[in-house]
This record gives sequence, structure tokens and C-alpha cells, in this order.
Amino acid sequence: MEFKTHISVQNLSVFYGSEEVLKDISIEIPDKKIIMIIGPSGCGKTTLLKSFNRLIDMRDGVRVSGRVMVDGENIFDSKIEVTHIRKKMGLLSQNPCPLPMSIYDNVAYGPRIHGLKDKKRLDRIVEHYLREASLWDEVKDRLGEPASRVSIGQQQRLCLARGLAVEPEIILADEPTSALDPKSSRRIEKSFLGLKDKYTTIIVTHILRQARRLADYVVFLYCGELIEHGPAEEFFENPKEELTKEYTKGVIS
Amino acid sequence: MDKRRVEEGLFKGLMILSTVLILSVLGLMLGTVVLKGLPAMNIAMITQAPKGGYYLGKEGGILNAIIGSLYLAGGASFLSILISVPVVLYLNVFGEKQTRLISFTRFSLDVLWGVPSIVYGAFGFTILITLGLRASLLGGIITVGLLIMPIMSRGMDEVVRMVPRELLEASYALGATKLETALKVVVRQALPGILTAVLIAFGRGIGDAASVIFTTGFSDYVPRSLFRPAATLPLAIFFQLGTPFPEVQDRAYASAFVLTVIILLISIICRVLTHRFTRHVMR
Amino acid sequence: MTVGTHGRRTGSSVECATEKCSNMKSRRQLKSIIAGRIMLCVTIGCGLLVFVMIVGLYQRSRPILATKPLGELLFSSSWRPLQGEFGFLPFILGSLWVTILALLIAVPLCLLTSVYLSEYAHRYVRECTKPLIDLLAGIPSVVYGVWGVLVIVPLIKDRIAPFFGTYSAGYSVLAGGIVLAIMVIPVITHVSAEVFRSVPDDVREASLSLGATKWQTTKHVVLRKGMPGVIAAVVLGLSRAFGETMAVLMVAGNVAKSPTSIFDPAYPLPALIANNYGEMLSVPLYDSALLFGCLVLLIVVLSFNAAARVVLLRVQRRIQ
Repeated sequence: MEFKTHISVQNLSVFYGSEEVLKDISIEIPDKKIIMIIGPSGCGKTTLLKSFNRLIDMRDGVRVSGRVMVDGENIFDSKIEVTHIRKKMGLLSQNPCPLPMSIYDNVAYGPRIHGLKDKKRLDRIVEHYLREASLWDEVKDRLGEPASRVSIGQQQRLCLARGLAVEPEIILADEPTSALDPKSSRRIEKSFLGLKDKYTTIIVTHILRQARRLADYVVFLYCGELIEHGPAEEFFENPKEELTKEYTKGVIS
Repeated sequence: MDKRRVEEGLFKGLMILSTVLILSVLGLMLGTVVLKGLPAMNIAMITQAPKGGYYLGKEGGILNAIIGSLYLAGGASFLSILISVPVVLYLNVFGEKQTRLISFTRFSLDVLWGVPSIVYGAFGFTILITLGLRASLLGGIITVGLLIMPIMSRGMDEVVRMVPRELLEASYALGATKLETALKVVVRQALPGILTAVLIAFGRGIGDAASVIFTTGFSDYVPRSLFRPAATLPLAIFFQLGTPFPEVQDRAYASAFVLTVIILLISIICRVLTHRFTRHVMR
Repeated sequence: MTVGTHGRRTGSSVECATEKCSNMKSRRQLKSIIAGRIMLCVTIGCGLLVFVMIVGLYQRSRPILATKPLGELLFSSSWRPLQGEFGFLPFILGSLWVTILALLIAVPLCLLTSVYLSEYAHRYVRECTKPLIDLLAGIPSVVYGVWGVLVIVPLIKDRIAPFFGTYSAGYSVLAGGIVLAIMVIPVITHVSAEVFRSVPDDVREASLSLGATKWQTTKHVVLRKGMPGVIAAVVLGLSRAFGETMAVLMVAGNVAKSPTSIFDPAYPLPALIANNYGEMLSVPLYDSALLFGCLVLLIVVLSFNAAARVVLLRVQRRIQ
């Protein structure tokens, strides 16, 4: 599979205090594809995701070694402005967390904090991204309502719209459907498939079937180590490592 | 981007300034008490009761107030323990199904916590009058006991709540009654926290003046009976400060110093106890 | 399961051969049940204590409520007990002036500090500072009063009042306000910091992921979510300040006239009660009037406290 690299992870190791959570990960993340990170719980999948947008900085006692290159810049370089990195990446968390404001303000939050004040442009941005997240028709008459009043599936789509509104290049999603019912999950998955051509999407999941449905590229982490990675077809048909075979067959979970 | 940086820097600076300001005020207060109080301290202050003419500048000390306060706070704490322990054990062990009563009581205790001490004082005085008693050490003990009861209960409740349910269930499964579980398991597990709650309440009781003004009166003698007025440190400070004689006012500062030292000691003991307690608790 | 002699299950499935053995088991159970009943009574008593206090104070206030209309008691400025005039307005206003000034000083400081401690400070700084601030809370109000008399009162008399071109004896609303502000800072800061701690990290992460700076996140998300709890904290501080007796008694001046500026003396309600309780039995209706003042104080403080506690309960539920 020929691809362009969007993110190049080079010998990334992350330590929480003295515990090594990610062990020397090196991987090339392809551009404009859906990449699924799979593996059992507690294996560092979320840590890897959150190191891409440097959210792990928020924790006390974190140490990082290695480099992560995005568009030619090492995101851990101390000279880089963190908010600039984060703007390139949109994060969708496991539990939908709408900001404590109206639906409109939620989507407009991103553009506003980056300085956009023009009401007309904001209106257009809000409508556009709510459409991209397949939520516009359901909320267009109640944009002023508090975001917490909509259903949980709608909240997750709202968070997706919010994340897209800052025009990132990369979407990061941490088990985005685990809190949702099957119908809402399907809608979110459909959205990801629809956004594939415009964004590089990295999704963490522990649902193997979801990975089979969505992935173009798969990364398998086990206990902080990178076991195997590759294009989805090869990964699922012909896994090379013993551990991968066991995981995909459900022997270990 | 620059505007955001500037705003962030500005507020961060203000925040640090504010924190430093508050801590400096604390330092200033303690410093003033030490600076003014320490020079006026001497052995006589803490070993003698006021002799004749004490308030006019003659000899004596504040032993009456020190002993009085210790008796008062000690008695009040004891009374308060008699009420708080049953209540807290009921809330957490015995009263399992009565959730409405439990929430109501917790809410009541929280609200009582905020009642001003002068109200307790006035209420206590009203009771004394109704019963035909006069201001006395006992009156003060009862009033201050009621005052510190919500503080002690709340403190104990918070610790006892943390005892995991599994521990209680293990005890029941072995055939223990609720009383046995409460006394032998819960109290033992939460003991450091319970002691801390008692100490904090004690500290509050020893420093309060408004509740004892009318219920305990004042006396120049070291207390010997429960039914006579007794001196307390806060009131001793207040009265000494109110005289026109600088030597007596200096003694007020020294008394304030003594009171502050007692409070600081209690705080330190509490910190040490809490630290040892939380070391073993799993989070 | 064997059934004990009192017709209750003893909870043990071990059959007991002797009558004595089952007697012992039920004795244990009986002790437990009696203890439980006693505890229930004590608990109910505690729950009712507030009502008992209100009723007790009301009973003692009835004489004066029977003699004077409520409006006159609350809104008249004339306080001449010897002539039977009991207008509480100067004291209510005195309390309000001092309390509101204290909050104006304390709230900005508390907000800044609690945000700093919960969002920005290093864990080490936080763990050292929090106990120190709590220490302020434990200092008795007499000591605050002594300090106020030593430091704040002369400061106002000699430096601040002349700076503003007025004269002040130093014992003033300003002195009371400053001292009270320091007394309520620990309460408000402690509760506010806990409220901010209860805001889940998810929502902070969401804001940061969009490229917001830490301050923007704090301003738009954390403060917004924490606002109800912070208001509750301020209300708790307000009721603490309103009921504080000793410290204000020593620095506020205690002149029975409504203050017109912060440099005027004030006579807050608790100070009135404390100062005059000793003589009250000698003048007719005086004791009833003072207890009525106490009742007013209690009701005001209780209402504020109850409202604040309800809000804080909701905030706590969010943590769980």
C-alpha cells in the first residue's frame, strides 16, 4: 500500500513517573486514511493518542523521549507553541463532553478563541460543520439551547462538529462509540467514513469488529509496546506475530 | 495570539500575587502576636492566677483562664463526643434503610455548622435562666458542647464514610451484630480521623468567646466547681485588652500568644494524625 | 437459621445445642438493637436542634413582638432601651456594611487564589499552601480582634483616613471589613478550590484540544461550570461574616448609629447582643428585644446557609 506519511513517530517513549507506559514506538502514520489503534485495555493506546496533541502535558510527572514529526516539525520541540499543534488535531473523547454552553456556542468556541469574531462567518461555520457531522437537521431550530439537553448520540456528533470547526488536519478519536447505543455508533462510524478523504483519522478502539469495518491501517499495541502494524487487509488476513494472531482470534482480549 | 498570551500572563501574575498576599497576611498576624506577646511572657503568666489588683497592673497570671479554658473545652468535647459518635455510627452503620432521615440529619448538621456562636450563647443563656441556674462552668460546657457538636460530627462523618462497605459486609458475614461491627471494626478503622475531628472541635471550643460570655461568666480563681463561673482565655484576653494600663494590655498580647500556641499545637497534631491515617487508605 | 428466644433470626446457621448458647446470641443482638435505638434518638434530636433553637428564641421574643410592630423593630433607627424604643435598623445596616465590604475585599482574592491553586499551581505548592490557608481558619476570633486593634485600627486612623481627607477614630466599618475579610477568606477559598476540583478533566481536555490556552479554558469552561458552587461558597462566607461577633466587636466602634461612610463606626448585630446581654435583665423588654435580634440573625444566617448547602450538594453529586 503506497501512502504519504502524515505523522512520523520516532522512538517515542512516555513515562508516568517511573512507569514506562509507551516503550520506544516508531511508526509512520499514513495521510488521509483511517488508522485504528487496537489492543487490550491499559496498554497505552490512549496515551499514544493523547501524546499526538500533547494532552499528556496536563499530567504531573510525565516524561517524554523521542520525536513525533508532523509536517516537518517535532511537536515536542520546546520552541513550538502548543496551541498551534492542538489546532491541527481534533480530539473526540470517549464520553461526549459538551462544553457548558449552547449548541451554537459549542461549535463556535474553537473559531472564537482563535480570534474569529465576525457573526456571519461564525454562522456559516456552525452550519457547515454541523452538517458534516450529520447533526444540522436535528438541531437547526434549537441552536441556542444548552448542549447538555440533547441525547448522548447527538452530543457526540456535536463534539465531532466542534472539533472539525477549528479545521484540523488530523482527527483523534478515543473509543468514540463506546458510550453510545448501536444506532448512534453507526452514525458516528458513517461520519468517519465520509470524512476520510479530507482528514487523517486516528481512532483508538477495543472493538475488533469496528476496526475491521473502518480501518485502512491498523496499529496493535500490547503493554505499551508496538507489536505489529500494517494495512488492514494484510493485518487481519495475514498477521505476522503470534500475539497478533491470538488477539485477532479473541484468545487474549 | 499575543493578546491571548498577555491576558494569560496578566491573570497568572494576579493569581500569584493574591496567593502571596493571603499567605503574607497569615504571617503578619502570627508575627504580630509573637512580637507583641512573647516579650510580655513570663513564668508567672502561666503559673499564677490574678492576684488583687491584677487588672490594675499588679501581680498574677492567667492560670485561671488557662485551666478554665482547658476544662471548658475538654468538658465540651467530651459532651460532644457523647452525641457525635452515636449520630455518626447511626448515619453510617445502623440507619441503613432510612435514607431520608440520614440525608436530613446530614443537612441539619451542615446547617448547624454555620450558626453563629453568639446564637448558641444566647440560646444557652436562655436555657440557664429557664432552669434557674446562673452562669457557670457547666453552663459553658453545655453551650460550647452544642456549638462544637456539628463540627465534630461533620469531621467524624467524613472519615467514617470512607470505611469501605466491603469491610462492614465481611464483619456481618462472620455473624457480628451491628453494634459489634460499629465498635470493633468501623471505629478502629477510622480512629485517627475520629481523633482529628475531636481535636479540631476542641480547638474551636477553646478559642470561642461569644458562646461563653453569658454562659460561663468570669472569675479570677482557678475553677474548682462546675457550678460557679469560670475564666476562659478568650475573655481574659478581651478584658485585659480593655483596660487603660499598658502593662495589662501587654499581658493581653501574651495571653493571645498562649492561645495561639495552643491552637497551633492542635493543628500540627491533626496534620500528623491525618498524614498517618491517609497513608494506609487506598484511593 | 435458628430462631432466637425473642423471635428474631440470629443470623447464624450454626445450630446451638444448649439453651444458654442461644440466649447469649440473642443478648448480643439485643444489645445491638438497643444501641441502635438510642443512636436513632440522638440522631433525631440533632436533626431537630435547629428547630428547637428557633422555637426557643421565638418564645423569648414574643413579649416584644407583642408590644411593637415588626416593621418598627426592623426599620426604626431609634435605639433607646430605657425609653422603650427598640429600632434595630442601625445594627442591621451596620452588619450589612461590614459584611458587604468584607466580601468585596475577600471574593476577588479568593477567586484568584482558588483558581491558581486548583488549575495552575504545582502539586507541591498546592499541598503546602492549602494547609496554611486552613490554619487561618482555626485562629480564634479574639486573636483576630487583638491583631485588628494593634495593626488595622491605627493604620486607618493614621494613614488611610488622612489619605482620603477624612478623620476616623480607626474603629470603623473599614476595620471591621478588613478583619472579617481575612476571616472568611479560608472558607471561601477552600470550598471554591474543591468546586473547581470537581469539574471533570474531560471538559478541560476538550477545550485544550481545540487549541485554547490554559487561561481561556479556565475562563470559559472551568469558571462557568464552577459558578454555582463558587456562589455557594461566597454565600457561606457571607453568613459566617454576618454572624461573627468577637473580632468585629473589638474593631468596629460600636456606636448605635447607621454608618454613612466606611470610616464611620458601626455596631453590627452580634456585637450589640454580646455587649448588652449582661444588663438586659434590668430593663423591661430589653432581654426580649435582644433575643429577637438574635432570632433575626439566626434566620438570616440559616436561610443563606441552607441555600448554599443545597447548591453544594448538587455539585458534590457531580463528582460521583
